[in-house]
Amino acid sequence: MLTYLLRRIALALTVVLATLVASFLLFFAGPSDPAQAMCPEQRCSTDRLNQIRESLGMNRPLIAQFSEYFTGLFVGRDFQVSGDTVQCSAPCLGLSFLTNRPVSEEIFSRFPATVLLTVGVVVVFLLVGVSTGVLAATVRGTAADRMLVGGSQIFGSIPPYILLLLFALYTTRLYPIFPQAGSLSDGVIQFLPGLIAPWIILGLITATGYTRYTRNSMIETLSMDYVRTARSKGISERKVVGKHALRAALSPVLTILGLDVAALLSGTLITERIFEIDGIGRRALAALGQDDLPVIMGTVLVTAVIVVSMNLIVDIAYSFVDPRVRLS
Amino acid sequence: MSTAFGSPGAQTTAEATHPGDVVLDVVDLTVTFPTEEGQVRAVSNLTYQARLGRTLAIVGESGSGKSVSSMAVLGLHNPKRTTITGSIRLDGQELVGAPRSTFERIRSQKVAMVFQDPQSSLHPFYKVGKQIAEAYRAHHNVSRAVAEKRAVEMLDLVGIPNPQRRAHQYPHEFSGGMRQRAMIALGLVNDPKLLIADEPTTALDVTVQAQILDLINELQKEFGSAVILITHDLAVVAETADDILVMYAGRGVEKGYAKEVLAQPSMPYTYGLLQSLPSHSEDVHELKAIPGSPPSLLKLPSGCSFHPRCSFKDQVPGDACWTQLPEWRPTPGLANRQVRCHLPDPVATLRQDEGIR
Ligand SMILES: Nc1ncnc2c1ncn2[C@@H]1O[C@H](COP(=O)(O)OP(=O)(O)OP(=O)(O)O)[C@@H](O)[C@H]1O
Ligand SMILES: [Mg+2]
Repeated sequence: MLTYLLRRIALALTVVLATLVASFLLFFAGPSDPAQAMCPEQRCSTDRLNQIRESLGMNRPLIAQFSEYFTGLFVGRDFQVSGDTVQCSAPCLGLSFLTNRPVSEEIFSRFPATVLLTVGVVVVFLLVGVSTGVLAATVRGTAADRMLVGGSQIFGSIPPYILLLLFALYTTRLYPIFPQAGSLSDGVIQFLPGLIAPWIILGLITATGYTRYTRNSMIETLSMDYVRTARSKGISERKVVGKHALRAALSPVLTILGLDVAALLSGTLITERIFEIDGIGRRALAALGQDDLPVIMGTVLVTAVIVVSMNLIVDIAYSFVDPRVRLS
Repeated sequence: MSTAFGSPGAQTTAEATHPGDVVLDVVDLTVTFPTEEGQVRAVSNLTYQARLGRTLAIVGESGSGKSVSSMAVLGLHNPKRTTITGSIRLDGQELVGAPRSTFERIRSQKVAMVFQDPQSSLHPFYKVGKQIAEAYRAHHNVSRAVAEKRAVEMLDLVGIPNPQRRAHQYPHEFSGGMRQRAMIALGLVNDPKLLIADEPTTALDVTVQAQILDLINELQKEFGSAVILITHDLAVVAETADDILVMYAGRGVEKGYAKEVLAQPSMPYTYGLLQSLPSHSEDVHELKAIPGSPPSLLKLPSGCSFHPRCSFKDQVPGDACWTQLPEWRPTPGLANRQVRCHLPDPVATLRQDEGIR
């Protein structure tokens, strides 16, 4: 178990490192001049370009640049910006060219908003998706089953951004049933009500997949021999379905749950934009629009770390759910 | 019992408590599954009894309805996808058409089943001791700790070494034979009056098979319960069963004392089964499988279901084999023997055939 874990962690670190190298090469060593690309104005003055190059340390060899960036991740760096010194503490991901603030600050200060959004969405889609899936499986073949599956299929096949836009438009603007999002800096209590609308709609959209996935998984486990054994003990049908069958049915759901949580934590660009939640997704979107490459690069790296750690967490969780995995 | 409404001989109102008392009385049981291709008639007009302290072997080829008929006793068929008619009386209580709550009360408490495949019959995510304890707690108002102690006792009883430690292990840590022992422990935890063992040894190797069968026999003596042993291994029947029911295409075709039926079959299908047994090939005649294959349960042959494969049908006068379902009838000269066959004197016919070969 321990060696397995160590191996998994080593693999995870390798993936993160590879992402780091790849994004670094892409943005800083590509054929185009990053300084030119990063320049916000239409035509950059030579001064401006030099300033950018200098702030990035680009007049130095590539290896030196990379090792600087790399050590900055662990010990932080100092940048000279138009005479001032900006301290970029570890993990330093460089400075945003537009705000001149450390990228890590830009991202991490927005992370709590994204986490709060994620938590609510996960609660909604798990509750709705799993319960409708179990329900559909137990009434399989009936009209109720077809309605649940058909409904989730139709709902799930509408492009999410359309549903998000319509829901935002109707429930927060035209008929302001739900409050619009505020800023997290006003306090969590003030901030949370603004998340209700995105929680509901994004939760429901994601739930459609879980309905179908849970249903199919449940139908499979309900036909298992050990479920028949459970039933033959004389325990209630509710226990047979809700304990014996569901426990086994949910273990494969864990894998996609990990991926979905990772995707949500990496910032839901569209949702955060539409509902004006100042999370890391919206920040990344802004950075994309402004060619703020250090921020984009930082986001890519953070996303890689999130995805890789979610996979690791899922693997570990798996071994707790399924005892057969523990030994191998 | 001053007024007897029930069928004669069968205990219908009083509880079975003495050896030889009927615990399970199945009359005219028919189980059909509506499918897309049509009605699958897995069990047709099945009638048999199981008695306390005795082992009834149910034999027949694969698909003859052995498992389906037994699962009906525990109410394990999905009521929405199964039609069950006839009567199943367990300890005097009618089960056909009974509500789920009735089955929840009798399962494990009065009738337990050890299923065909020990590899997949235990839940992979729960500890073996917990799974057994759960069955005990379903029928006894005791704490978890007491139930788990009972589970350890049961594991000990079925001959699992180190039961205390084993109870805390998961099924995948058990060998096939151990799992089957655990299933038997689970089956007996509530001391049921009837234990149905559905091919309890098929998936196991020969030495383990013998151990499991011995175990079932021993436990039956100790608990005095009725055992139904489902198998297609006639060698097993000879060793362990008191009574036998031979099934073909969902119907009972011959029943009687196990040893006598095996020694002197009086229905061509039973005879064929015995002929196909390897032990018969040791002398002159060869191993001989019954020609053809079992009929489709969607469309059973007219008359006697076995007639398309029967090599004795031309010895029956007229077209009875094609047109009439043979009724149960006693075999002259053989006590307690019932067969469904149109042959005028099946014993003589089959004996003569054996002599020829
Ligand atoms: N739910 C079901 N729907 C349709 N047909 C079924 C269903 N369950 C069982 N059957 C059919 O009923 C027949 C009898 O099955 P059963 O399992 O009782 O056979 P068996 O005598 O136990 O055979 P085996 O020795 O292989 O275990 C089989 O042909 C099977 O395909
Ligand atoms: Mg079977």
